[in-house]
Amino acid sequence: MELGGKLEVGRSRRVALYVTCLVDVMRPSVGFAAIKLLEDAGCEVVVPEHQTCCGQPAYNAGGEAEAKALAKQVVETFEPFDAVVAPSGSCAGMIRDHYPKLLAAEPEWRDRATGLASRTYELTSFLVDVMGMESVEADYQGAVCYHDSCAGLRELNIKQQPRKLLRSVRGVEVREMDDAEVCCGFGGLFCVKYADISNQMVSRKMDNIEASGADTLLAGDLGCLLNMAGKLTRQGSRVKVRHVAEVLAGMTDLPAIGEGEV
Amino acid sequence: MQPSCSSFKQQAAQALRDPKLQGAFGKLGDGLQARRAAAVGQLPEFEALREDARRIKRRVMSDLDTWLEQFEQKVLGQGGHIHWASTADDAREAILAICQRVGAKTVTKGKSMVTEELGLNDYLVDQGITPVETDLGEYILQLRREAPSHIVMPAVHLAQDDIERTFVESHPQLPPDRDLSTAESLVAEARQELREHFFKADVGITGANFMIAETGSTVIVTNEGNGDLTQTLARVHVVVTTIERVIPTLEDLSTFLRLLPRSATGQEATAYVTLSSGPKREGDMHGPEEFHVVVLDNGRSELLGSENQDILNCIRCGACMNHCPVYGAVGGHAYGWVYPGPLGAALTPALIGVEKSAALPNASTFCGQCVAVCPVKIPLTDIMRRWRVREHGKKMTSPLARAGLSAWAWLASRPALYRKFTGLAAWGMALCGGRRRRLSRMPLAGGWTRYRDFPAPEGETFHAQLAQLKKRAAKTGAEGLRHEQGGAHE
Repeated sequence: MELGGKLEVGRSRRVALYVTCLVDVMRPSVGFAAIKLLEDAGCEVVVPEHQTCCGQPAYNAGGEAEAKALAKQVVETFEPFDAVVAPSGSCAGMIRDHYPKLLAAEPEWRDRATGLASRTYELTSFLVDVMGMESVEADYQGAVCYHDSCAGLRELNIKQQPRKLLRSVRGVEVREMDDAEVCCGFGGLFCVKYADISNQMVSRKMDNIEASGADTLLAGDLGCLLNMAGKLTRQGSRVKVRHVAEVLAGMTDLPAIGEGEV
Repeated sequence: MQPSCSSFKQQAAQALRDPKLQGAFGKLGDGLQARRAAAVGQLPEFEALREDARRIKRRVMSDLDTWLEQFEQKVLGQGGHIHWASTADDAREAILAICQRVGAKTVTKGKSMVTEELGLNDYLVDQGITPVETDLGEYILQLRREAPSHIVMPAVHLAQDDIERTFVESHPQLPPDRDLSTAESLVAEARQELREHFFKADVGITGANFMIAETGSTVIVTNEGNGDLTQTLARVHVVVTTIERVIPTLEDLSTFLRLLPRSATGQEATAYVTLSSGPKREGDMHGPEEFHVVVLDNGRSELLGSENQDILNCIRCGACMNHCPVYGAVGGHAYGWVYPGPLGAALTPALIGVEKSAALPNASTFCGQCVAVCPVKIPLTDIMRRWRVREHGKKMTSPLARAGLSAWAWLASRPALYRKFTGLAAWGMALCGGRRRRLSRMPLAGGWTRYRDFPAPEGETFHAQLAQLKKRAAKTGAEGLRHEQGGAHE
């Protein structure tokens, strides 16, 4: 996969943060963690105000017209920046992989989408592959396992980047669970439409997480994390769930996802 | 075969409650995935071969009629016969006509998913002809009157004790207390039972993994050897295949033979690769007196030139289902027709209509593992998504889902209003979550909360928090985060 486009590795630049709907509503601290990491890497971070949803839920539900409208809105909003970074492989993959296909029938939009696609990155991939980041300044006490979210792994080749940075966090032991690359059963609306199947998939994931002996589960996509956190708390597990950016930024004061006082 | 794809959900739920099926399919992937990965790892040019294979297939599809005509000419020139069948009915009738003309009473069969598509066994029985499946898995299924649950390993849903019981019940002429406790003893008994059928059969029916235009040959890629006995011992060999199986040359075959076994079973090569080029010639010691190829369309030509054409490139290796977590959870029967897994989800709507199979393209998380392992790089998830677009366009989805989708899109294209809504939602959910910081029940999300909690949000949205930070920074005159006004236009 080509990375960096025409931008040269390691150079400081003006980066637009694509917060994503789920981070905006469910876990804002991931957005602030992303800003800290990007600034630490030497970027100037801008949060364009017009951003909402990338259109993926509509796109995957067959609502092509709705998805196209939202894709165009994202293209317009983010076009002026050197790079677009999202703390999500799924949303970044939507822009990188799917926008050019979605808008293929409209040459002008297709070209603009292709341009944006070439400058859009998932957070850890941007930090490591584009900014050349080798390590982070953070502490976290625990054994963590990292779940490879599908879109990040297979659309954006994200595998070693988060692990590389995690290994530099003081106090962290990175463990690998079996089948880390197998889908957790979230799949957007899939988990509600095919709840029984989704449950079976997330249950198998639970077994692998517990067997890894890790006390913290990390991933780069909030959809997967909410799914797995919800299952873990329902099962009464003690495993904590966090977005990888929280640990990398050293912002783990907030309770873990779904972790209550009672 | 009568489709029951519209009952996918119920069939899936049933499979999820069946501990035996869960055992069989839960383990299926582990061994196969590792074997495939090892075989692929040993072939550095595997990726290049995938690209070659895709190119060959695309070249064929752009000129399919020409390649099929060339294949036909070669077959005819070698003394064989071709039967073009537009529909399943045409194919069944063509096969029956051959069987009746030669007075066939027993027909042996090699493994063939196309004959499953035709429901050929039941049809032949109705016509007074006895079909005998000779592939071990298919033989077991025929005894049990079950359909295959996988396109390469048809009886993968069965445990050894199921097969043992089936053999005891189906072979009453043998001593009931015989030892069938090992796989070897089961294979030996099936071999013994099948031997007689091979000699008795008047017609042998096989499928074809490929048709080669250059030589007029059909090819089967097998491990058991039953296909060879089926097609050489019977007086008449009938190949039942479909239009998209033609490839131009023997050289092309070598490309596919390097991809197919590695992708299917992790083998470098199968035990047998058998090319059939017409009937027995003068001086040949063995071989059929007649050689027929029934070439079925059954809706496939409709895909040519369409956006979903690439599904015709499939070489039926089964890698997509071996790697699919949904298939691994529910098994093959839940899909309700001949082709399960991601292949079925992409192909079935084209063959039986999306109305009868609407659930299948939706039964995917789009995890993309099927695409990653497909030896001919079929964009399976893109094809499934296009079927979803078709369903949405035909208003086949639920009115509530469609309304929800439009409302969401409408809201998301109005950022200011969207902020108000998301702010309210985050606040409301956090309130409901309370000190537990999670919800056990939520309206419209019963599918989620039946099995898991819904983690509550932090309370204030990111954008709201950022706006406050910015305000504070402006007051103190400090340089803070830039929060773009007016978005892109600056």
